[in-house]
Amino acid sequence: MPKLMELEVNGKRYPVKYPPDTPLLYVLRDELGLTGTKYGCGEGQCGACTVLLGGAPRRSCQIPVAAAAGRSITTIEGLEKNGQLHPVQQAFLDAGAFQCAYCTSGMIMSSVGLLKTNPNPSRADIVQGLQGNICRCGTHPRIIDAVLNAAKVSKEQAR
Amino acid sequence: MSNHAARSKEKFVPEPERFEFRAAPIHKFELARRDFFHLLGAGIAIFASSKNASGAQELAPQSKSFHKEDLPEDISAWLHIGEDGVVTGFTGKAEIGQNIRTSLAQTIADELHVLFESVRMVTADTTLSPFDAGTFGSRSTPTMTPQFRRVAAAARQLLVAEAAKQWNVAPTGLVVTDAKITDPASGRSARYAELAKGKTLSQVLPAEDHTTPAAQWTIAGKEIAKVNARTFVTGAHQYTPDLRPPGMLYGKVLRPPSFGATIASYDDGAAKTHSGAVIVRDGDFIGAAAPTVAEAQEALNAIKVTWKEVPQISNRELFSYLKKNGVPGSAKHNPIKEGSLEDGYSHAAHRLDAAYTVEYIAHAPLEPRAALAQWGEGKLTVWTGTQRPFAVRDELAAVVHLPESSVRVIVPDMGSAYGGKHTSDAALEATRLARASGHPVKLVWTREEEFTWAYFRPAGLIEVKSAIDVDGKLTAWEFDNYHAGMSGIDTPYVVANQRIEYHAVPLLLRSGSYRGLAATANHFARETHIDALARVAQIDPLAFRLKNLSDIRMRAVLEAAAKSFGWPGRKSQKGRGFGLAIGNEKGSYVATCAEIAVDQQSGAVKVVRIVEAFECGAIINPDGLRNQVVGAIIQGLGGALFEVIQFENGKITNPHFANYRVPRFRDVPEIEAILIDRKDLASAGAGETPIMAIAPAIGNAIFDATSVRLNTLPLAPKGVKA
Repeated sequence: MPKLMELEVNGKRYPVKYPPDTPLLYVLRDELGLTGTKYGCGEGQCGACTVLLGGAPRRSCQIPVAAAAGRSITTIEGLEKNGQLHPVQQAFLDAGAFQCAYCTSGMIMSSVGLLKTNPNPSRADIVQGLQGNICRCGTHPRIIDAVLNAAKVSKEQAR
Repeated sequence: MSNHAARSKEKFVPEPERFEFRAAPIHKFELARRDFFHLLGAGIAIFASSKNASGAQELAPQSKSFHKEDLPEDISAWLHIGEDGVVTGFTGKAEIGQNIRTSLAQTIADELHVLFESVRMVTADTTLSPFDAGTFGSRSTPTMTPQFRRVAAAARQLLVAEAAKQWNVAPTGLVVTDAKITDPASGRSARYAELAKGKTLSQVLPAEDHTTPAAQWTIAGKEIAKVNARTFVTGAHQYTPDLRPPGMLYGKVLRPPSFGATIASYDDGAAKTHSGAVIVRDGDFIGAAAPTVAEAQEALNAIKVTWKEVPQISNRELFSYLKKNGVPGSAKHNPIKEGSLEDGYSHAAHRLDAAYTVEYIAHAPLEPRAALAQWGEGKLTVWTGTQRPFAVRDELAAVVHLPESSVRVIVPDMGSAYGGKHTSDAALEATRLARASGHPVKLVWTREEEFTWAYFRPAGLIEVKSAIDVDGKLTAWEFDNYHAGMSGIDTPYVVANQRIEYHAVPLLLRSGSYRGLAATANHFARETHIDALARVAQIDPLAFRLKNLSDIRMRAVLEAAAKSFGWPGRKSQKGRGFGLAIGNEKGSYVATCAEIAVDQQSGAVKVVRIVEAFECGAIINPDGLRNQVVGAIIQGLGGALFEVIQFENGKITNPHFANYRVPRFRDVPEIEAILIDRKDLASAGAGETPIMAIAPAIGNAIFDATSVRLNTLPLAPKGVKA
């Protein structure tokens, strides 16, 4: 049965009425129109649907909407602030770290989550942190470079 | 003249997509020229007609069962310069991540002498773009680049002539820079936008033109970032699955339990009574459309249907099936025969025979097949991720009994394809549901549907028989390919006596194009076999290849890769090995060196380092090219080491990323891509050839490390034990 819940996405509150076990991904995309979060497998295997839930990267296809209600959700659309890209977005842009770019939203969200807990990651940390994200075009080396660069820039900005 | 020389003299024809579903005839270009200006506003337009465009149209392979249509007769490319100075290039090619939106705009800006930022591309829209057979066969660059260059040159000349006329001077003295024409004698100048103002000037490409040679390019040949890159890092770009017009319903399809299953009984009474979904049954198609995916699925779940299934073979019987069921392939140059094999074997110092197998693999593009179909005023518009929008349009038109001019197919920049999106499946399904429901319907395949109901790279069995003389020169070469396909079947090695034959096998699983088509299979067999021959001859694999190669471009990439790799390499640890492989296809050349490490306990194979040299003529965008080459290497790791579609009795048994392993971050080695820029040669495509040599290079490195010769793709899904 559909249930009325409140989602907090990118700092805004939205009432939504959905069966509580509906994956968060579908509510974000189909109800809220936040289509930057992608469907890649629906099985938690590819990372294309990654969002931040309470600041941590999570596969939105595996999170029942009821479990996300009342917690802070950040999607790719919520990273840009006042026309200023997030350092990770900017780093991906600078590195040209995409080809078809369908995985890019998920890669960026996973990387933002990674840098929150590990602001100074090694290459190996990034490989470990992004192991659950699939890029079928094979842009992995540029993605690693972008995350390293984003970490560097973030540190400089924080100084 | 030998067969080989005769073949090489013929016009290049992209490999027939042998398993492709046949497209209905494509002939008409329905947008009249007056409509063109109505749509785009006044300005100047240049049209390239296929009669005079160099490199011209995609040719339909003649003797193969691909397109039956004649060559398109009409316009093949065009360009519009608006009153605002905005330049628009139109192409039927689709952007699938290969970066064509950027590289074609570079070519136009370069030749037209305008800023790169003022050029935009309209791609793969059957109403706006000229006809195009499809975005495949690495053809976007070699066909579209020369056409746009000629069109842009003609536009520039037309504008110069217009300025000369206005100023009453000779056009020869005028100078063009940054969309501005200047008369140095008088100091007068005029911008393109001013010259285009109030005009509806159109011209078909003149027979004569003057395009700029690669050595003088200023915008082409440079690293320019992907044009709409910002929309990808913000999530703003809308792929087909992201479209949501008002009133849209979601479509779902009830799939049969196995391939070839037919409906035995059907009852949708309960489903129709209890759900608000629109249910369609049309032959063996059963689908539903509803306001949410869940409701559509519930409606399908309520349908009572039983199926009649047919017994089918599994992976276990695959290669014996291929061998047993081969019939001579009907291609033009099949078999290829040169010299006398008897002579070849009589001069042999060593003979070597071996068989190689290649499993079915999936493309698994991250954006699954998807379509949005919308009806309005008797017309159908479909947005879909396809590599062949015009073929999809025609198939839709035939199914819904509309003229082609009433169907429009638009391809949003795609979440890639790798040869896997040539068919109309999702578009047809969405269209059926949209027509029945009276609403726009979006249908996005699940990952499981994608792994099951899309098509695969064909499996293959390849048998090689060969001989070398005392000097290690090839004297005989026999190559029998069952089912995998003919792309890359020719050997680049000099061998006087050869027989190369393709054996067609009735389709087992639905099969079609893949990145490089059969070239991945043929290169794997050939380059593994060459390595084995080098070992028999006790000659270094690099020296052995050079001894048997005459093609200068082939030798150049091989030498470049080997040098940078430090061939033959020095083993730092136990379990390390080095391998190399080469290939050429579709006008480009590749050589790949691999270093691998085999875990002494588990036997797991880790690719440590790849050095690949690639040459595709004049490079248009080195940054985009590097992305393609590195991407092909990484994608190729999967097919080389672990990708395999498991099937049994008409079912795919591993239709998930959890059990169909694709390359991930941990699999990625250190990669060096060497790009050889040949400004003296026409630009060839780069989407496919860079994937061809990766698997044999890795297999040869495994042999070097372990003395175990692996003749199967994937090589070592469970590791290798010495």
